[in-house]
Amino acid sequence: MSAPRTNIEVLPRGVQVFLGLALVALLAFPWVGSDFYAQMVARMMILAIFAMSLDLLQGVTGLVSLGHAAYFGLAGYALAFLTPQGEAVSLWWTLPLAVGGSGLAAFLIGILVVRTKGIYFIMVTMAFAQMVFYLFFDNKVLGGSDGLYINFKPAAGLFDLEDKRVFYYFTLVSMVLVYAFLRRLLWSPFGRALAGLRVNEHRMRAMGYGSFGYKLAAFTLAGGLAGLAGYLWAAQTGFVNPELMGFEMSAHAIMMVILGGMGNFAGAAVGAFAFEIVLNLFKDMPQLGDFDLGKHWQLLMGCFVVLVVVFAPRGLLGMAAQLRRKPESPDA
Amino acid sequence: MSLASFLIQLLNSVQYGLLLFMLAAGLTLIFGIMGVVNLAHGSFYMLGAYLAWWISSKTGSLGFAIVFGAVLAVAFGWALECLLFRHFYERDHLDQVLLTFGLIYIFEELRSILWGDDVHSVDIPQLLSGSIPLTDNLSYPVYRLFMSGLCIVLALGLYFLISKTRLGMKIRAGAFNREMAEALGIHIKRIHALVFALGVALAAIAGMVASPIASVYPNMGSQMLIMCFVVVVIGGIGSVRGAMVAAMLVGLVDTFGKVLVPAVAGMLVYILMAAVLLWKPEGLFKQ
Repeated sequence: MSAPRTNIEVLPRGVQVFLGLALVALLAFPWVGSDFYAQMVARMMILAIFAMSLDLLQGVTGLVSLGHAAYFGLAGYALAFLTPQGEAVSLWWTLPLAVGGSGLAAFLIGILVVRTKGIYFIMVTMAFAQMVFYLFFDNKVLGGSDGLYINFKPAAGLFDLEDKRVFYYFTLVSMVLVYAFLRRLLWSPFGRALAGLRVNEHRMRAMGYGSFGYKLAAFTLAGGLAGLAGYLWAAQTGFVNPELMGFEMSAHAIMMVILGGMGNFAGAAVGAFAFEIVLNLFKDMPQLGDFDLGKHWQLLMGCFVVLVVVFAPRGLLGMAAQLRRKPESPDA
Repeated sequence: MSLASFLIQLLNSVQYGLLLFMLAAGLTLIFGIMGVVNLAHGSFYMLGAYLAWWISSKTGSLGFAIVFGAVLAVAFGWALECLLFRHFYERDHLDQVLLTFGLIYIFEELRSILWGDDVHSVDIPQLLSGSIPLTDNLSYPVYRLFMSGLCIVLALGLYFLISKTRLGMKIRAGAFNREMAEALGIHIKRIHALVFALGVALAAIAGMVASPIASVYPNMGSQMLIMCFVVVVIGGIGSVRGAMVAAMLVGLVDTFGKVLVPAVAGMLVYILMAAVLLWKPEGLFKQ
């Protein structure tokens, strides 16, 4: 509809310092915080990977996928199927297989959805995710509506993922690697072409960039990375159910990316943390008289989402940038 | 499959298709004319069903509930358009998706606060509670026929409104070229509010009419919403005629799929959508 938003791709110095400090804080956290909170932070880091993978589509390429959770969930299910009842399974071949499987699913669905544009893309990605959802929901063989348990975390040989602290650092390293990879990708010719497609697809096509191939590659890659997040999620919780691929999960991911600020991956990661913190805050709301605010957290979340969209459509990073550049006219 | 049970399934699929059309028509009109993606459309269906249950349990009359509920829905839709949606027509689709996703949460929770989270059933009115015998042991409920009839009447009314009346002409003019319509003195904002209210009312009426056969439960809107997306995508966004054809197709495929191949029934509709997309990426009746 409207003109594509200008994204903040180069992170301001202040933000870089903040990210550095945040990384130090994450490194130190398991030694300071309790086990419970360390697990919660690990969960946020997994969601940060998920949000960054979506940002590749949403922020960089300008494709709004409302079905990204399908690829997240598929990799989780892959781990559930690959793990035998009585023993652990090796990380070293199941992780690539799960990620590859998610990527393959994204590739196949991508062939169909990437041909569509704008609103169609939103609806079609959502519909296909729903198709995957019902495939698992309706079939008892695939776990049905109850889902599947994973009794053992994957075995890595060199380190023991059953140890919560080891798992925490494994997740942290994964997140940092994904971030570094995506930042590198953003400034590569491939990443520039994707950004070009967001800003002006017609011009890119006129310059000889086949938009179909680029978009499909981005869709596949984003699906694979979402698979990485889903694999870690399944390994951490030891449980998968169709909700992982549900509509809400996809919408939450979009919200995370928006909340932080699109197109630079740092925003998506920060947004994932912020979203989870806000969500937990709302769920822990106290009783007000005879009205249980925490039970009705959805009301607060809904209002929060609406307020963010109305007042801060460019996310936390965008707000910060806007505050610094006061004299200019507001969001053109 | 015997002839009688085939006939029953056929009637069921037509009835389901018509119900889908009621929702999809509003969705496709709102998109086609205002350019808004509305994820909260399923919530109107859900709210309609709860309203029907609540009013009919208080007054004992489903007919009264539907008429009164429809008036409420129009007012509600009008207010919602003026307060929120109006400001989002020029915004990015992404913002619209998020806004309406937030609204789903808000509507679900308001429903939970007002009416609780229980599953309810609505009685079929006495007059329509009979059924028509087809064979010795198969029969078809009158209420379902009444439902289909009502949906057909509303669909015809919608067709007449859009293609035969002066108001419909203004609506089409606004969809075709907004600036030009405005320059010719058409109060486009009022038209938009009207179309939105109409869409909300259609969805709510669908929910109210369906409440006796579908039972009333939380989140009943989201399943319908996704089906409507499929209908709109197959039919072509913005096309009411396309929505009608696609709704019938989806109704047939879904109903017969559940009978003939229950294992993959949940996926069949999406496979249909994929096939249509391969063939015509912009739907059957692209505007």
